[in-house]
Amino acid sequence: MRLYSSGLLWLVLWHGLSVQAADLLNASYDVSREFYKELNPAFIQYWKEKTGETIAINQSHGGSSKQARAVVDGLEADVITMNRSADIDILADKAKLIPANWQSRLPNNSVATASPTVFLVRKGNPKHIKEWEDLVRSGVEVIIANPKTSGNGKYSYLAAWGSVTQKGGSAASAQQFVTNLFKHVPVLDAGGRGATTTFAQRALGDVLVTFENEVQLIQQEFGEDKFEAVYPSITVLAENPVALVDKVVDKKGTRKAAQAYLDFHFSAQGQAIAAKHYLRPQVVDTHTTFKKVNTFTVKQAFGSWADAEKTHFNDGGIFDQIVQK
Amino acid sequence: MHATQSQQYAAKIASRRATSEPVWVRYGLITLTVAFLTLFLLVPLAAVFTEALRKGWSVYIAAIFEADALSAMWLTLIAAAIAVPLNLVFGVAAAWAIAKFDFKGKHFLITLIDLPFAVSPVIAGLIYVLMFGLQGWFGEWLIDHDIKVIFAVPGIVLATIFVTFPFVARELIPLMQAQGKEEEEAALVLGASGLKMLWHVTLPNVKWGLIYGVILTNARAMGEFGAVSVVSGHIRGLTNTMPLHVEILYNEYNYAAAFAVASLLTLLALVTLVLKTYVEWQAARSAVRNEEGVIAS
Repeated sequence: MRLYSSGLLWLVLWHGLSVQAADLLNASYDVSREFYKELNPAFIQYWKEKTGETIAINQSHGGSSKQARAVVDGLEADVITMNRSADIDILADKAKLIPANWQSRLPNNSVATASPTVFLVRKGNPKHIKEWEDLVRSGVEVIIANPKTSGNGKYSYLAAWGSVTQKGGSAASAQQFVTNLFKHVPVLDAGGRGATTTFAQRALGDVLVTFENEVQLIQQEFGEDKFEAVYPSITVLAENPVALVDKVVDKKGTRKAAQAYLDFHFSAQGQAIAAKHYLRPQVVDTHTTFKKVNTFTVKQAFGSWADAEKTHFNDGGIFDQIVQK
Repeated sequence: MHATQSQQYAAKIASRRATSEPVWVRYGLITLTVAFLTLFLLVPLAAVFTEALRKGWSVYIAAIFEADALSAMWLTLIAAAIAVPLNLVFGVAAAWAIAKFDFKGKHFLITLIDLPFAVSPVIAGLIYVLMFGLQGWFGEWLIDHDIKVIFAVPGIVLATIFVTFPFVARELIPLMQAQGKEEEEAALVLGASGLKMLWHVTLPNVKWGLIYGVILTNARAMGEFGAVSVVSGHIRGLTNTMPLHVEILYNEYNYAAAFAVASLLTLLALVTLVLKTYVEWQAARSAVRNEEGVIAS
């Protein structure tokens, strides 16, 4: 019995000690896994060449709001990399883990990469979907992630809304359109990856509305011959901000490495890796050809994420009203 | 066994009654049951292994010996290795107190032990976030003392202990109650110490029930998803247990690897099932032996 318990203690200690102080933890959103699988080794090598230090970067992925919540609750992430700034704002608002002006600390408002929200349809585009209006034709089923729980879903919703207002339509007609759109959504998955699985693996729906990088990845994973990407004439640009979690890095003593890791996102090498994963580089021209697409940001169309959140997604907001109808 | 005439007669009537239905009803019901079991148990079971081996043995082996998968297995084993002995000790103590003594609040205690069965695992996880999270009751204090509970191994162990809490006690209480306390009283009268009595009288009497409870505890500890998911933080290679690792692989389009790890959990379930059946069989045999002993005396 004594042998057993001392052995157990040893096991736990060993496991605990294997977490070195120099390790970084990146809390990220759902569909950035493939990007970080390539970016992290590149940074680790860069950091070793520059400083001689060997570090490890651990990844935690999940729905963006859920991940932000975990960091607020004490998940010791050195950096947080999200698909919308609102999920980083709550670290400042709710837990005072970072200063409120976090966006101004890195180039381009801390936005390293971006991806427009586009459509994925089945091969041959049997329902002839080209534009936002085509999504609400009778007999078309649309797969969108739940705007209540996922950044991906929020962007899809705001893209549909903006497709009306950015062309000069009124808020009332935008609401009419979005209400109509969600009548064509058979299931609301909790996260972007769940929506992909529903569309690609379970073969539900005629069109998937999601980020361009996810659309490209699906074609890569499931084969070019099964799906086609469709770019509407206007859509939202999902901006992916990154931030240092000050309280955590100061406690762990990892500020230098964490800062360098974030800077690496904005370097030529980091931006090139992003482009390889179909994330549009925002600060360095990597000479990658992305399809030209007419986009608006959340800030341009809705003032700010906080405003969009309040009007559309808070309890009793417009999204709640339209799904209840 | 010396069954009396009337007992034999009763048994005969019972056996005839059970088979007095028309043939088509009997076979119809059997077919229905077999079809149901095949559809809902055997086919999914087979599907796990077919999917796991879809891309061949090399992919299967690679998925299992991948670093993150190994660390997930390791963590699962650690969580079970801590949760099971603790719940074993607790379960015996609680069952002993409840079955052999009368005291105020006994029913309340039983209800309390059952609580983890009644509470959804997600809530079980959130309880710990509310207590030990940064915004929780002890959050500040834990940070000041540099103690990590949730989003680390201790939180996962705590959540596992919580959800497996009732199994051993629930298994032992009815057994101990049925056995009464005469044997223990006899041991004490004959001069045995408390510990000696526990070791030589109480535990041997409930041996099979105890093992059964431990098997169930272990199966649940290794398979728990909901509560552990809430407190894990999903850091790959550090705080992912096997069930969480399966979900991650699945979400990464890594279906073959996801099912490879899932097949290990399924194997664990099958081993549990075999052990459980063996223990039930042993328990039934020892019960029959006891009965015979009673009749013979």
